[in-house]
Amino acid sequence: MHIDLVPIWTLILGVSVFMYVLLDGFDLGIGILYPMAHGDDARSVMMNTIAPIWDGNETWLIMGGMGLLAAFPLAFAIIVPALYFPLLLMLLGLIFRGVAFEFRLKKTSHRRWWDLSFFAGSTAATFFQGVVLGMYVEGFTVTGRAFSGTSFDWARPFPLATGVGLLFGYAMLGATWLVMKTEGDLQQWARRCALIALYGVLAFIAMVSVVTPILHPQIAERWFSTPNIYYLALVPLITAAIALIAWRALRRNADYMPFIGAMGLFAMCYLGLGISLFPYVVPYSVTLWDAAAVPSAQMFLLIGTLFLLPIIFMYLGWSYYVFRGKVTADVAYH
Amino acid sequence: MELDPVFLSRVQFAFVIAFHILLPAFTVGLASFIVLLEGLHLFRRNPVYLRLSVFWTRIFAVSFGMGVVSGIVMPFQFGTNWSRYTDATGNVLGPLFAYEGLVAFFLEAGFLGIMLFGRKRVPAWAHFFSSIMVAAGTLFSSFWILAANSWMQTPVGHEVVDGRYVPADWLTIIFNPSFPYRLVHTVTGFYLTTAFAVLGVTAWHLKRGRHVDEARTVLDMTVIFIAIFVPIQIIAGDFHGINTLHHQPVKLAAMEGLWDTQARAPAVLFAIPDEKAERNRAEVSIPALASIYLGHSTDAVIKGLKEAAPAERPPVAPVFYAFRIMVGIGLLMLATAYWGLLLRIRGRLHTTSTYQNACIAMLPAGFVAVLAGWTVTEVGRQPWVVYGLLRTRDAVSPSLTGSDVIMSIALYVVVYLIVFGSGIFYMARLARAGPPEHVETREPTLGERPARPLSGAEAEA
Repeated sequence: MHIDLVPIWTLILGVSVFMYVLLDGFDLGIGILYPMAHGDDARSVMMNTIAPIWDGNETWLIMGGMGLLAAFPLAFAIIVPALYFPLLLMLLGLIFRGVAFEFRLKKTSHRRWWDLSFFAGSTAATFFQGVVLGMYVEGFTVTGRAFSGTSFDWARPFPLATGVGLLFGYAMLGATWLVMKTEGDLQQWARRCALIALYGVLAFIAMVSVVTPILHPQIAERWFSTPNIYYLALVPLITAAIALIAWRALRRNADYMPFIGAMGLFAMCYLGLGISLFPYVVPYSVTLWDAAAVPSAQMFLLIGTLFLLPIIFMYLGWSYYVFRGKVTADVAYH
Repeated sequence: MELDPVFLSRVQFAFVIAFHILLPAFTVGLASFIVLLEGLHLFRRNPVYLRLSVFWTRIFAVSFGMGVVSGIVMPFQFGTNWSRYTDATGNVLGPLFAYEGLVAFFLEAGFLGIMLFGRKRVPAWAHFFSSIMVAAGTLFSSFWILAANSWMQTPVGHEVVDGRYVPADWLTIIFNPSFPYRLVHTVTGFYLTTAFAVLGVTAWHLKRGRHVDEARTVLDMTVIFIAIFVPIQIIAGDFHGINTLHHQPVKLAAMEGLWDTQARAPAVLFAIPDEKAERNRAEVSIPALASIYLGHSTDAVIKGLKEAAPAERPPVAPVFYAFRIMVGIGLLMLATAYWGLLLRIRGRLHTTSTYQNACIAMLPAGFVAVLAGWTVTEVGRQPWVVYGLLRTRDAVSPSLTGSDVIMSIALYVVVYLIVFGSGIFYMARLARAGPPEHVETREPTLGERPARPLSGAEAEA
């Protein structure tokens, strides 16, 4: 009996990466906005909104990385060396961001230094994740079964631009998260940040949507050929509708809708990316099926994963439930 | 100077894994030690055990946090620097690495939060259960990662298809010939590392007359523990060595410093191996002893390094010296254990200050021994990354240049020194502060349950 496990693993990996982008996205976004907030009290509240959950969010990155290694080893062996410096700088950024949560509270004399480390680590991690996204869309130079470009392929206009774009994206997630989780002056300030970030995100979505089909004729073909165009046109239309809803929600002082809208925008961009790149796991040379591990390896890991994933989701839901509601200055997790 | 990406990638891997392995070397044992303290508290109702458990849980939280952070870097190393290794071995090793990650994920998501922050929120038995699950999780993690490492030493259970390794039988892959020995030897080594770290901190407090009740309790327990487990570790090490003799004779010859195949092989106590002349300088050895402990007979023939062509041998000096450091520390540990046992029998364990000084001096011994043992097994495997199948020089990412790796090493070194330097400083401060006078019984405010390992130190303070 042969079951094709590739679609299942594509789904598991796709969900893991998306969970990572959404969840670590909003807490990295708070790091990006951090130095712009008015005063130390506001900064402490910002940090407290994410303090109990940020490290759980980060574990989805391990899930994605290990899943790619185990289920699609060839893709891992090609993509990861291509991302040598972006991944290195992202990991170092995440390390600085992570320890800043702890050390900023321990030694007041070094507090400014750890505050800076929190901001710089979050910003670097986000920027280089955006660079990775840009490189992925641009595609990798592959010879045989190996990456054959250089370790500096990332220093090109498009990846650098998507790096900046993701800064706006995570800032939007972070700001709308704060709108949901805080009150008063901080919430008003977060609304203003969220609006600016939303404009930035929309500009970058437009830029990528125009540039990508021009750079890659096969992507243009997928979106603009008939009959694809009739139903794929729904993607930009729904994206525009979500953007409008998020914008109006921010103008009308809604609490929850801006964050839901921001997540919706990310979901639509992710879907659009998937439509453009399918079936490649290494654009534009290696498909999911080319890169897949042998069925016995995929099956061996799937057994444990299917057992653990539901438990992880239940724990996650419970954790967010425990920490629901507004965070104010007098609620501290320390 | 020529910048060789293979050599530099090895330096980088050695650096990041050396930092990383020190943390599990400590947390695996500490998790089990905390289970013991929690269990003793639960069944004997003695508050000394509770105070000790709170104290060591704080230190555990910080080291576990650093272990997670340094661990995230590791899987990416396989891709960034060793992509051809990943391509060749991914079908076999990918699932083993992924299981290790999943277990750690599950453990962190589920039970660590309760263990660190839940003492006042869940019944005592549930807290005890959580600490058991965390300890079991650290052992399962060790199981999977050592299965992967052992397969790289003694690969079996696979087929070779187009130069890549495809799993044929998972049980054979996991329980490969060197795995049971490596698992026992490594986990016992981790337990002893923790025991000597605990012993050193305890002796430090006792010497200053602080936390005397706690210190005496721990000293009594630990001395018994090491008196049992140091000999077990030495025996396990001997079995692991015999296993290496069968499966990786060249590695064993490098460990022993034997160049010629011979019966009545001597145990080389000290020498300066000369790889060019293929002989030892300044050798001090005991005739026939190696044949006895490896072959259990003076006539047992032990293969020498010359059996393999020079290009097929590992670098001899690092393996040879690291092995002597490891064994030397083992003997010092044995002396510490039986000196302590003797003092305990004579009722002078709590009052002999020279013994306390010795324990303090031995605090880092386990960490050094773990690094030395790791060097023996990993450098001894060279020039192979997967023994007999894939050479290290064929495993590196083809796109890397030497200057790429120089830059990444420099960044790792700077960041690790800052971040882990701060972490170790903080752990040392916790260790100096000692157990709390009494454990807070206040009910925390609703919603106060940070799910982060490093914060456990604060939450229980």
